[in-house]
Amino acid sequence: MPQYMISVWHDGPYDDLDVSSPEVQRLFSQVSAFNASLEQAGAWVFGTGLRPASSATVVRATGGDVSMTDGPYAETKEQMGGFWVILAADLDAALEWAGKAAAACEGPVEVRPTEDA
Amino acid sequence: MPDALTEVFRREAGRCTATLIRVLGDIDLAEDAVAEAFAIAAEQWPTRGVPPNPGGWITTTARNRAIDRLRRESSRTDRYLASHRLQADDMAPDHLPDPDDSGSLDELVEVVADDQLRLMFLCCHPALAPDAQVALTLRLLGGLDTPEIARGFLVSEATVAQRIVRAKRKLRDNHAPYRVPAAAELPDRLHTVLAIVYLIYTEGHTATSGDGLTRVDLSREAIRLGRVLTELMPDEPEAVGLLALMLLTEARRLARTDVDGSMIRLADQDRTRWDRTLIAEGHALVRACLRRDQPGPFQIQAAIAAVHADAVTADDTDWSQIVTLYDQLYARRPNPVVALNRAVAVAELHGPDAGLAALTALDVLPLEGYQPYHAARADLLARAGRREAAVAAYDRAVELSGNPAERRFLEQQRATLAGDRR
Repeated sequence: MPQYMISVWHDGPYDDLDVSSPEVQRLFSQVSAFNASLEQAGAWVFGTGLRPASSATVVRATGGDVSMTDGPYAETKEQMGGFWVILAADLDAALEWAGKAAAACEGPVEVRPTEDA
Repeated sequence: MPDALTEVFRREAGRCTATLIRVLGDIDLAEDAVAEAFAIAAEQWPTRGVPPNPGGWITTTARNRAIDRLRRESSRTDRYLASHRLQADDMAPDHLPDPDDSGSLDELVEVVADDQLRLMFLCCHPALAPDAQVALTLRLLGGLDTPEIARGFLVSEATVAQRIVRAKRKLRDNHAPYRVPAAAELPDRLHTVLAIVYLIYTEGHTATSGDGLTRVDLSREAIRLGRVLTELMPDEPEAVGLLALMLLTEARRLARTDVDGSMIRLADQDRTRWDRTLIAEGHALVRACLRRDQPGPFQIQAAIAAVHADAVTADDTDWSQIVTLYDQLYARRPNPVVALNRAVAVAELHGPDAGLAALTALDVLPLEGYQPYHAARADLLARAGRREAAVAAYDRAVELSGNPAERRFLEQQRATLAGDRR
């Protein structure tokens, strides 16, 4: 069955989540309900939130040398805040899940098919 | 391409492609098979004659080409199809045609009435940008080539070609399903489909190339798709409005051209040549829409066409009603082409100067490459007595016209005007 990545996007840099805030609590419970529905439908492959982009490190391997620089790699304003990889029968099924994902995390999501095995 | 073949191509290419996409699960493979069938026809028909059922011949030959290809490249094709095929809802997801079992293939390639509708919804998938939806539909369902699409939409051929390639790749990479959307999704998906069916209709109504003013097959095809849509969604007033609009416009087809193929304007048409059967059907649909009272752009345009159809002579036209309807349309679709049509109606109601004033108020930049804008402006300038400006506007309209019948008309108008000047 095809797999799709559903990524969650923020319009700018974001801080570590304050898990004690009621807003974050609400998002957590919405997202965990969405995760449960994915698992129940057998659509779950993987999913997680990501720490802020400022926590990223870029690693390069050129000619046997491995080098590291402070990340993130992409110098864009928009930041990916997390993602799921799901199983879906086709694009329409994936888009339906994406609609629920966007509602659960109260922000835009992007759907991309994975490279076929 | 010989004439007979061109005609069959126009009629059958979309239908044939739609069925073969279902069979092969891939747009490019289907297009290749159909193209191969037409190439064989181009080779054989001039010597052997056109077969009694040319459309059936093309479908069968394309199917056989596809079967040959599946046999020849079966292992590679299996892998290819397994990873890329578009899923149709009436087939098991992993079901592939067995190349050695012609019986099962015959069943699969039987023409299913829904095939073109599936293709319609695929081409108009919301994951595609509107430009790509239009280009893909005209290409796959309308059988138009890239230059025709480019002229119809005032963009370069390279742009159209790129849109089509990208759209096909996106649908394939994303495993877009090949099916008519479920009831719950239908209303949302329908809106784009209607707009695109109408574009096919208008393309057929004033063909962008070819000798005749109209390309009957495309218009007929659009009307056919419109009928399928209204049968599928009888409670969707915009689908009904679109069909009514196409029928009421189609009713004037015979009166639109002279014996020599020149275009005749609405005002000069012999209204006894209008098709009363189509008008009656269109009127009934417009009335049904009015009863529902959920107006939308297609219903309003249908109402405008109905007002024209009501007028026994051009002078009897209720222009004030038409201007009111254009105002309603502009409120919903504030685009320059609607504003242009409104300006023309204003000229009929209040005189050419009022029409020209309405044109001047427009943002003309998007209309600069649009032939009807220059033709309308030329006409209003001529009626306002501004001959030199009118001649210049006709020159520009002639320059932009890709349709010989239309160009002849514009050249005649210009010649009459230039002659009057003495």
